[in-house]
Amino acid sequence: MSEPFLQIIDVSKRFDNVVALDKVNLKIAKSEIFSLLGSSGCGKSTLLRIIAGFEKPDEGRILLEGKDITKLPPYVRPLNIMFQNYALFPHLNVTNNIQFGLKEEKISKEEINHRVNEILNLLELNGLEKRKINEISGGQQQRVALARCLVKKPKLLLLDEPLAALDKQLRVQTQFELVNLQYKLGITFIIVTHDQEEAMSLSDRMAIMKNGEILQVGNPVEIYEKPKDKYIANFIGTANIFNVLNKNNQIIIKELNYEVKNINNKENYVKCLIRPEKISVKKLENQSDNLNIGVVKEVAYLGSYTKYLIEVNGIEFYSFMQNSLVSDNLQIRWDDKVQISFNETSIYFFND
Amino acid sequence: MIKNLKKQNVWFVFTPYLWLVLFFFVPLALIFKISISVSEWGMPPYRDLFSFSENGFKINSTLGNYLFIFSDPFYIRSYLNSLSLAFTSTVLCLLIGYPIAFYVAKSKPSIRNILLIMLIIPFWSSFLLRVYAWKVLLQGSGIINSILIHIGLISEPISMLHNHYAVILGVVYTYLPFMILPLYGYLVKFDLNLIDASNDLGAKPLNTFVKVILPLSLPGIVAGSMLVFIPVVGEYIIPEMLGGSDKLYFGKIIWDEFFVNRDWPIASALAMSGIVILVFPIIIFQLMYAKYNFKNE
Repeated sequence: MSEPFLQIIDVSKRFDNVVALDKVNLKIAKSEIFSLLGSSGCGKSTLLRIIAGFEKPDEGRILLEGKDITKLPPYVRPLNIMFQNYALFPHLNVTNNIQFGLKEEKISKEEINHRVNEILNLLELNGLEKRKINEISGGQQQRVALARCLVKKPKLLLLDEPLAALDKQLRVQTQFELVNLQYKLGITFIIVTHDQEEAMSLSDRMAIMKNGEILQVGNPVEIYEKPKDKYIANFIGTANIFNVLNKNNQIIIKELNYEVKNINNKENYVKCLIRPEKISVKKLENQSDNLNIGVVKEVAYLGSYTKYLIEVNGIEFYSFMQNSLVSDNLQIRWDDKVQISFNETSIYFFND
Repeated sequence: MIKNLKKQNVWFVFTPYLWLVLFFFVPLALIFKISISVSEWGMPPYRDLFSFSENGFKINSTLGNYLFIFSDPFYIRSYLNSLSLAFTSTVLCLLIGYPIAFYVAKSKPSIRNILLIMLIIPFWSSFLLRVYAWKVLLQGSGIINSILIHIGLISEPISMLHNHYAVILGVVYTYLPFMILPLYGYLVKFDLNLIDASNDLGAKPLNTFVKVILPLSLPGIVAGSMLVFIPVVGEYIIPEMLGGSDKLYFGKIIWDEFFVNRDWPIASALAMSGIVILVFPIIIFQLMYAKYNFKNE
């Protein structure tokens, strides 16, 4: 990573003795889309509000392009925030909402009009200029909120659950639009979300937060494939987690009674993760000894893939199978016996 | 709509109207009747509006009462005094009440309820008593003078009672909750994110207040101001108890005409004109305001 654009150093925040943030450290690069991901109460929104300047951290500093902005009030910080409920001014129309921030700067009227028109075009809001906020749809409101921030040409844009208020179809479409827009403008985005799919599809990198701490920072692939612990593994996607036994230099997945042979690193790992899509199941035809045998407990056909809940030796785990190759799999039913197979390279070992 | 209502529902809907007619419009009509009657000695002290005598049916009505009060600057001045009292105290109530309402609305829900109760508690004691309490506080041998003398700020009591400042003080004190409660009603619904958004977009606190908070609490300001302004114009008790002879107020003039001069027609004419002068501008304002609000919905 190049010289960090935004640096969060040892930031802590307490609300009435409840720790919201505990010595958070983060470096965010210029022009990246960075997500703060976590369930509610993990401190992600507090961190965003501290970056925006609405809250002052109890300890720690925030550097933007190397300059300490910790003590600056929100109205002088060169960044903007888009609120989850958009916080558009209900007494102003679309144009007045968008130019609200420009009027606070010392800019000529022509320049304001020029920039407002520019942003109206960019976000396809033409024709809505004179509309009141409650006369436009949720998707349009979202774009007005975005326009109101972007027209200020901020160095950094904070987005608090930017897509949460939209319905599902619009959300997917808007996800792509956001990424395109970011690519076009090159503004650094920090997105707060509790939706892991949203975070995965939007972000260059993301931070997983829990109880006011950052558990792991990485790009979506790293986080999904190499989660640091059980919590992250379960938080991002579906996780099959097994216990690992290390006996006489043999690495054994306890529940499956399976010995991992091709492993270079014989460290003392205690757990391993195999993602469901990496476990395949096949209807059992003839008994063979070296393959694990499981019983299908549940089948959920989801169109592009099918979810199977498999039971082996009293423990249950998932297998997701693509339906692209229409095969015998479609005939797997409840209580069928199936062969389980996975590639040893798709086993990820970790310590809990 | 009425067709669809069951019989008991008809009563349910019309009881308030019946109430209004019986206890508002009928008395108002009576006052109006007296206001166009001719004054005379007797009980009641005005001539019957319709009389039958050997000369036949006769209507004894006159506009003379109205002409009289509008030709006498004494009445007009007292009315203007009342308007200026109402205006001054409304502005003061707004200036004092707005920060209080804002603070209450923005405090934590648990504290908020305690603060609201504290606002309402004075209503549990008699209005008359509360005004009388001010008299005790302000009088020459009152607590304020005693303290000031005790700490040596003044050597002899200053006269704080029986002037129009004392009246303003009493009015502001009495009517403050009527300003705070409607303001609170609007401010408590106010989305705090809007303040953050305004700050974030570069507006300093004062600009945020002027451009965002104030316009959005305008309905509360209007409602509160009406609740203070209108009753204060006719306020009688506070000027009577705390006021002096420096300014005469409309409410007191009406009282004096009724009970001291026993000139019911003049008193009624005063009351009627007071209502008309006050009510029409307010109706026009309300209509315009409703239209403005409707456009902004």
